[in-house]
Amino acid sequence: MNSLQLLPESASTFANEWNWLFWMLVALCGFVATGIAVLLIYWVVRYHRKREDELPVQIHGNIKIEAAWSLIPLMLFMGMFAWGARVYFRMERPPDNARAIYAIGKQWMWKFQYVTGQREINTLHVPVGEPVKIIMTSQDAIHSLFVPAFRIKQDVLPQRYTTIWFQATKPGRYHLFCAEYCGTKHSGMIGWVYAMDAHEFQLWMEQGGAEGSLASTGEKLFHQFGCATCHHFDTQGACPMLRDLYGRPVRLTSGETIIADETYLRNKILNPRAQLIEGFQPIMPTFSGQLTEEQVVALIAYIKAIGPRPGTELPVSPGNAPSNYGSQQGIAGPEATSISGSKPRDR
Amino acid sequence: MTDPSALMLREQFGTPEQQRESATFGMWIFLATEVMLFGALFTAFAVYRMKYPLGFDEGSADMNILLGSINTAVLIASSLTMALSIHAVAINKQVRGYLLLLATAALGLVFLTIKFVEYYQHYEQHKAPGISFVSDKPQAAEMQMFYVFYFVMTGFHAIHMTIGVCLVLVLALRTAAGSFRPAYHTPLEAVGLYWHFVDIVWVFLFAIFYISGLHG
Amino acid sequence: MSTLATPVRAAATPNYLTSERGILSWLLTTDHKRIALLYVFSVTAFFFIGGFFALLMRLELVTPETDLVSPHTYNELFSMHGIIMVWFFLIPSIPNTLGNFLIPMMIGAKDLAFPKLNLASWYVFMLGGMVTLWAMFRGGIDTGWTFYTPFSTVYSQTYVTGAALGVFISGFASIMTGLNFIATIHRLRAPGLTWFRLPLFVWSHYATSVILVLATPVLAVVLSMVAVERIFQVGIFSTPLGGDPVLFQHLFWFYSHPAVYIMVLPGMAVVSELVAAYSRRPVFGYTFVAFASIAIAVIGFLVWGHHMFVAGQSVYSALYFSLLSYMVAVPSAIKVFNWTATVYKGSVSWETPMLYAIGFIGLFTIGGMTGLFLAALGIDVHVTDTYFVIAHFHYIMVGGTVMAYLGGIHYWWPKISGKMYPEGLSKLSALTVFLGFNLTFFPQFVLGYLGMPRRYAAYPAEFQYLHILSTAGATILGAGYLMPLCYFFWAWRHAPEAPPNPWRATGLEWQTPSPPPKHNFEVTPVVTHNAYDYEGMKEELGLD
Repeated sequence: MNSLQLLPESASTFANEWNWLFWMLVALCGFVATGIAVLLIYWVVRYHRKREDELPVQIHGNIKIEAAWSLIPLMLFMGMFAWGARVYFRMERPPDNARAIYAIGKQWMWKFQYVTGQREINTLHVPVGEPVKIIMTSQDAIHSLFVPAFRIKQDVLPQRYTTIWFQATKPGRYHLFCAEYCGTKHSGMIGWVYAMDAHEFQLWMEQGGAEGSLASTGEKLFHQFGCATCHHFDTQGACPMLRDLYGRPVRLTSGETIIADETYLRNKILNPRAQLIEGFQPIMPTFSGQLTEEQVVALIAYIKAIGPRPGTELPVSPGNAPSNYGSQQGIAGPEATSISGSKPRDR
Repeated sequence: MTDPSALMLREQFGTPEQQRESATFGMWIFLATEVMLFGALFTAFAVYRMKYPLGFDEGSADMNILLGSINTAVLIASSLTMALSIHAVAINKQVRGYLLLLATAALGLVFLTIKFVEYYQHYEQHKAPGISFVSDKPQAAEMQMFYVFYFVMTGFHAIHMTIGVCLVLVLALRTAAGSFRPAYHTPLEAVGLYWHFVDIVWVFLFAIFYISGLHG
Repeated sequence: MSTLATPVRAAATPNYLTSERGILSWLLTTDHKRIALLYVFSVTAFFFIGGFFALLMRLELVTPETDLVSPHTYNELFSMHGIIMVWFFLIPSIPNTLGNFLIPMMIGAKDLAFPKLNLASWYVFMLGGMVTLWAMFRGGIDTGWTFYTPFSTVYSQTYVTGAALGVFISGFASIMTGLNFIATIHRLRAPGLTWFRLPLFVWSHYATSVILVLATPVLAVVLSMVAVERIFQVGIFSTPLGGDPVLFQHLFWFYSHPAVYIMVLPGMAVVSELVAAYSRRPVFGYTFVAFASIAIAVIGFLVWGHHMFVAGQSVYSALYFSLLSYMVAVPSAIKVFNWTATVYKGSVSWETPMLYAIGFIGLFTIGGMTGLFLAALGIDVHVTDTYFVIAHFHYIMVGGTVMAYLGGIHYWWPKISGKMYPEGLSKLSALTVFLGFNLTFFPQFVLGYLGMPRRYAAYPAEFQYLHILSTAGATILGAGYLMPLCYFFWAWRHAPEAPPNPWRATGLEWQTPSPPPKHNFEVTPVVTHNAYDYEGMKEELGLD
């Protein structure tokens, strides 16, 4: 049995902010709670009934005191809210240059896929000093990726991608847990995060994946499953062009405009009849049941990796109605993309 | 003859007014719980309607607007007969009150019959999720979600209607037995409130399931 | 009605216990006091069943491996513990026992507005309980008390529909109770008893009842939909049909967050009475405490999303829910400060109920303050779904509600039974409960922020030390709970007779004999005093 540990490991940029907020709250609440306890105990002793028929002075209330102990806590609570919200905002906004790693949670293991092609089960290798973002989905029930030392946690949902990010500050080995109950082996769905300094991480990355990068796997699937017959790169056929699609707003036949993020791409591959883009016919066949989650992730990585051809104005729907799709006035201006690059507005 | 209102005064109440007010107040509180019940269902429906407008429109266009409209008319008529029956008892027209209660129950049974016919039609057309659902429309999955809500929500409503019909029949028997007088007919008022509420819920159900797909 | 008169022997004048005899006179009673005792029997049984499951869990957690029970069994244990404790102990505990017994008496009424509905509620409650227990033993339940989809509807191999049905049925009992209380408090108050003369016990139960009637139907809907999904294999909350598991969470927590106020408001109701009686003072800031109950009920409906900060909702939703969660903490803080101020310059006696009340104030404060931690978005990301949350809600539910329940049972025991209870033993058990409780649950805060997730049968070895402390505390706590079970049985027969008003408290319930007659009051009282009017009633109470 290990010795008693009372302070949590701190190994990410979030950890310090979290520690400050947490221990300040402990101090503040501890102070107030102690104050109440001391007053209560002291008065209970001091005013102990002296005789059975004693009637003490009858005090009914005091508006000023009521106002004070209503408004002062309220202001303190607003301060706690603001500070907590600030930390949270940072946790929810991965930096643009965060290194993307894909994760699939399933009963009862974590599968990680690196853009360079490595795959790991229940282990995650990350560099120290560099932001890392994990784009994750579940194959079955709801799971939750939790790394206590980094102070991060995010639920992992089926049919959707959620994102979590962190920047490790200390090399070491840290627990990774599933934090959303998911069945029999929920407590076995655990692993390790290995944070390595830049040089060691570089060496580890160079081992590479046997099959090549994630996007190259996606490219092979793209051809193997016949996507290329309809989705051309530089011409608009009966199917939307996929160049520079990721991260752009698209207008649907329902009138809504949504961002083409990982969840959208996944849903289009597996259930193409839903969320039709305006101006296109529902002719795409479904690949539900034919692709594993890992293969879907590879395809998405490939689509993300396809960048715009420099200097090209992208045509839009066959009817040539102006839409946001492909517009240079879209959310992201032109930017260089790379295999492991990221687009803005990852959800 | 002993005054039925005095006979009916329960020991926890001081006066017949207090008893009557408590009973109707209690029914209003119960109706508030029903608002929350159906409100939760309507909210879930609204979430999916906003998410899947095309599929839900397809589903709504599928509904039998004729039967739905007839059912709406039937229920509104039954609320009329219910209100009239209370009024009749209040002016001591016992037989009229009794007959109007029977009419109310009968109209309720007509509603349930038509509803059952509609359910059977949906089943025959393979639009019964979980039992037999087939569609070649592009938004088949979304339509199925529409139908799930259709059956669940109209099903909850039908259960409430059935309970209502039973209550009305019991009241009809009690009216025939002379239990109610102008001075005391609180159970009629309470069940009347319940009946009107179930009627109003149907009007909203009719709107969201039948009317919303009319244009499409 | 002098409080100093010699207590009348029960045999001489019939009271609610003796006026009718035989099992049928209990099973078919419409007397709110007897129904309260039927509920005491039921909730006590459920408490020990749920507690037994907790004990097994804590024994398993002594070692890091899953060696006492299988992982699947462990999952069933925490699910059954949660379901039984939430729906079959905590929600009915104080309202259906003390609330049932006291509300009519406190307002000068002969019974609740709908006595037959009250009896029906007990049968419905028992039916729900039996169905749930049967489901648990027939097929088990391993979804947690939270029934999250898609695990509960698609992947669980246990009897989810049965368990959901049992809980669904019990919800009707909740609604019937809340409806009865609201109608009673509105309509059956004695002449002169205006709203602002009501004891705070009644105010808090009124607020509880509003939540009971408005929130419970949403639970009924969400459980029905889970059952439909499971039986018909259609995807309302899971993905084959485009269903959204997060929608399940919204609907579930829309009920379940107000539900926790259903569990704590009655505890606060009791504490207000105890603090007033044992300080011989009106509760400081009566109006503020009364309105605070209403505020908790109203704002409590607006904060459910704080259970879902990492569930995948938008950042803006999270901000809103965090803000509102801080606001709901204010009325609770107001109550704690007001109770503490009630003691200042009071005449404080230290009988067991007061010890429980003081324990409540301290432990509820700690539990509530850890709620402030959880409401802070940045903090919650780390500690949600860990033992920190478990410790938080057990501090409030067990350190709060259960202690208030025990305090209230002791306080009104003389009224209910016509007997006293053994003061020395009861103080000892209160102390045992307090120490056992803290030893069980304080280490769990540490476990939580160290990163120990909840619902884990096995855990990393470095957490073992804290788990051993927690289990040691649990055995002490269990012993502390068994003691009252034993001495109350003893006291029912053998304790000294109780006078009508052993504590010299204000309140209409103390103006009746102990135990009271079947109809509470021979003549409906006319109320001329405010609540806790020790000054105005000092002659009657024999105080100076």
